[in-house]
Amino acid sequence: MSTLVEVKNVTKVYKRDTMEIPVLQNISLDVPEGEFLALMGPSGSGKTTLLNLISGIDQPTSGSILVGGTDIAKLNESALAKWRSNHIGFVFQFYNLMPVLTAFENVELPLLLTNLSKKEKQQRVEAVLSVVGLADRMDHYPKQLSGGQQQRVAIARAIVSDPTLIIGDEPTGDLDRKSAEEILVLLSRLNSEFKKTIIMVTHDPHAAESAHTIQHLDKGELKSN
Amino acid sequence: MSIPISYNIRNLWARRLTTALTVSGIALVVFVFASVLMLSQGVEDTLVATGSNDNVIILRKSSQSEMMSAVSRDQIGIISTFPEVGQTQEGKPFATSDVVTLININKKGSNDMGNVAVRGISSGAFALRPQVSLQEGRWFQPGMYEIVVGNKIHDQFVNMEVGQSVQIGSKLWTIVGVINGGKTGFASEVWTDADIVMTEFNRGTTYSTYTFKLKDVNDFETIKTKLETEQRLQDLEVKREQEFYLEQSKFMAGFINGLGLFITVIFSFGAMIGAMITMYASVANRTVEIGTLRALGFRRTSILTAFLIEAVALSSIGGIIGLFLASFMEFVSFSTTNFGSFSELAFGFSLSGSVILWTVVFFLIMGIAGGFLPAVRASRMNIINALRSS
Repeated sequence: MSTLVEVKNVTKVYKRDTMEIPVLQNISLDVPEGEFLALMGPSGSGKTTLLNLISGIDQPTSGSILVGGTDIAKLNESALAKWRSNHIGFVFQFYNLMPVLTAFENVELPLLLTNLSKKEKQQRVEAVLSVVGLADRMDHYPKQLSGGQQQRVAIARAIVSDPTLIIGDEPTGDLDRKSAEEILVLLSRLNSEFKKTIIMVTHDPHAAESAHTIQHLDKGELKSN
Repeated sequence: MSIPISYNIRNLWARRLTTALTVSGIALVVFVFASVLMLSQGVEDTLVATGSNDNVIILRKSSQSEMMSAVSRDQIGIISTFPEVGQTQEGKPFATSDVVTLININKKGSNDMGNVAVRGISSGAFALRPQVSLQEGRWFQPGMYEIVVGNKIHDQFVNMEVGQSVQIGSKLWTIVGVINGGKTGFASEVWTDADIVMTEFNRGTTYSTYTFKLKDVNDFETIKTKLETEQRLQDLEVKREQEFYLEQSKFMAGFINGLGLFITVIFSFGAMIGAMITMYASVANRTVEIGTLRALGFRRTSILTAFLIEAVALSSIGGIIGLFLASFMEFVSFSTTNFGSFSELAFGFSLSGSVILWTVVFFLIMGIAGGFLPAVRASRMNIINALRSS
């Protein structure tokens, strides 16, 4: 399998006033296409920072990050926004749905950045909502849905534009055991059935078991296992 | 490529209490703003309607009002022979020699007195001013101490019923009729026979103005030239009647606009700050949503536009409500001294196309100005920090 994500010698230092806080130190990591990778580690180990860098919502202090051959560390802000809309599907811990939009409209959001026709958008949204098992809840607002259902809407939103990479930041962190299990099954299905590459940050060893590979981060460094 | 407008509108609905309060503030300011414009428009409309486009008025040079003007009978005699002066079917000049003076009478419902213009007219005036008709009673008889009062004077001053008397000069004059002047300044006047006014006020042979209908609307320039070249008419000038009355409205309309708009602009700062606070709160409440939208690939400009649209929607809702409420002011009529003529003038609030246009511009500016800084803040948020604030 070819390498989809290449993280090369990446360092990330946050500056707070005059203090420099190193978060990631000289990290290198390859993620092959079709991989389901879990990033684990204690709080403050830098796993979310690494995820943010790979997903292009943050920029490294040094090093390069190639996703599908594009060095995203070199893109400017506007190019990066366009790149994210084409290549990244986000699944957040707290779902981050727009409370005033219905499930359908939330899922449709990423497609508003494409040139698809209204009809194509509708077909895509309906298709992904069926994949996550919420075809009958399209007109529901987030507050009318359970946590698990909201996260499934978020997953539908993450896959609707058929991104290269799905990024999950503690996707089961806010869910009860049963709902968490359903989300993990769904992610595994997306990986095995739809060949989606997934990188997921998690605290939960049980959640990490769904992944093919687990990488541990500690104090800004990768501990290979 | 932009965030759907429904997202903004529903967010306004989701915070309906705050939205309603902000909208009310904006509506109030827009109501005042529109009313001021409608009032000054009302003054202008009333005075413009008083004049006709094909009538011209002869006044003494640089007279600010008819009261200050003086035109002698001889001069009128000369002018009335000009071929440009329209003629009635009986072959008489289509004209009136008016004499205008002021009387002071009591207003209804207060102890205030008002200056009312008394217009002495000649027989041609009725045909020349078809916008004036008899509403009640009969017309005055020439040579008698009889008057007809304008409908606004009848409504707003005491003892103005048919059969009652009014002191004018040294005599008591009997009210024999009420005239309907519609929406013109004539509705705020008292009419009687010119010659008897001249006698009563010892004006000799001097009228105030001479108004006539042009045979051809395009003859205005010819008349003007004649007045400038004829030796005996050197102290006179000619104006189109409509322009003359428009000038009369300028000072009053300008005063209403100046004072009214000064006050509303100060109010509008309050409403704008209200909108700004609402929008800042809205941005703060939706930090995570903004972070999410940016992560999904929406650009800073999309976020900026979305919040600006939301602010403009907020001010537009308030503005439309304010304008709608102001439109009811059309049913309200006002009466006060017109500074242009020093006489009482009744006028209403008039909602014209330009009033609507300016009001729309006003509330759009309020929305954009109030929403700009919060929208900039929203668009400048760092994605990571915004997402972390959950």
